[in-house]
Amino acid sequence: MTATAIAPTIVPNFDDDSNEGRKIAFICSKGNLDMAYPALILANAALGEGIETHIFFTFWGFDMIMKNRMNDLQFSPAGNAAMHLPIGDIHLPQSLAPMPGMTAMATKMLKKQIADLDIPEVPDFLDQIVAAGGHLWACQLSADMNSVSEADLREDMDGIINASDFIEMTNGAQVIFI
Amino acid sequence: MPVAELAGRQVHVNEEGFLTEFDEWDKELAKVLATNIGIEMTDEHWKLIEWLREDFKAQGETATTRRLQTAGGFAVKDQFSLFPKKPGKKMSYIAGLPKPHGCV
Repeated sequence: MTATAIAPTIVPNFDDDSNEGRKIAFICSKGNLDMAYPALILANAALGEGIETHIFFTFWGFDMIMKNRMNDLQFSPAGNAAMHLPIGDIHLPQSLAPMPGMTAMATKMLKKQIADLDIPEVPDFLDQIVAAGGHLWACQLSADMNSVSEADLREDMDGIINASDFIEMTNGAQVIFI
Repeated sequence: MPVAELAGRQVHVNEEGFLTEFDEWDKELAKVLATNIGIEMTDEHWKLIEWLREDFKAQGETATTRRLQTAGGFAVKDQFSLFPKKPGKKMSYIAGLPKPHGCV
C-alpha cells in the first residue's frame, strides 16, 4: 500500500489583505427591471467578499428607490434586439415589441424567471444589501429635477448627495456605471 | 485531493483547505476549523452551521446568504455579524461544505 502524503494544514486566507481598503461603487441610472439587477447582484457579491460597497441612484435609477415606483419596475422588449420568443428561440420581431400588452407580458415573464432562481424583487434585494452593510445614495440633481424629497425614498437611504460628494466618496473606488 | 491532519486525524481537503468529504466532519473538527479562521463558536454559530449541513444534505448544494435568510430564517445582518466580512465562505468552511455556488 502506498503511504498517503499528508499535506501541511491549509487554511483559507479569508481576510485577504488585498481587499483591505478596497471599495466599489455602482451608479444605477436605469429604471428598467432588467437593468436594475446587474448592480444589485454584483453589489451583493462584493459585500459577501467583505468589500465596502456603495450604490448611487441617478436619473431613471430613482425608480428603484422611490416608494411609489420601486414595486412596479417594468421590462420592455422594445429596442432590445436580443429578445427571443420563449418557443423556438427566434427573435421577437421589433415591429411587435411596442404592441399593447407586450411590456406587461415581458415583465411578468422576467419576474417569474427571477423568482424561480430565488432572486429577490428589487426592494427586497436592496433590503438584503443594506443588511449586509451596503450604502445607498440618491443623486441631488435627479431629486431636484423630479421634486423628490427624502420622504419619497426608501427609509434606509444613506442620503441625497451631489456629484462632488459622490466623486469625493469614491476616492480610490472601482466605479461601475449601469 | 490532499489529505490534511486536523483535530488529530486525517481528512480530505481541497487546495484551499475546504473539507471535501461530508462524512469526515464533526463538531470537534468544526471547532478547529473555526479557530483556524479566528472564529469562536457560540450557540448562534452552531445553529447556523448545523442548519447549513442539514440543508446541504437535502439540497446537494451549499445554501447562499439569501437562502439562509429565506429558508433558514437567519437574518443577513446576523450572518455578517457572526461570520464577519465573508460569511458565505467562512460558514461553508466551518461546516465542511463547498463554497456556495449561487450568485445570490
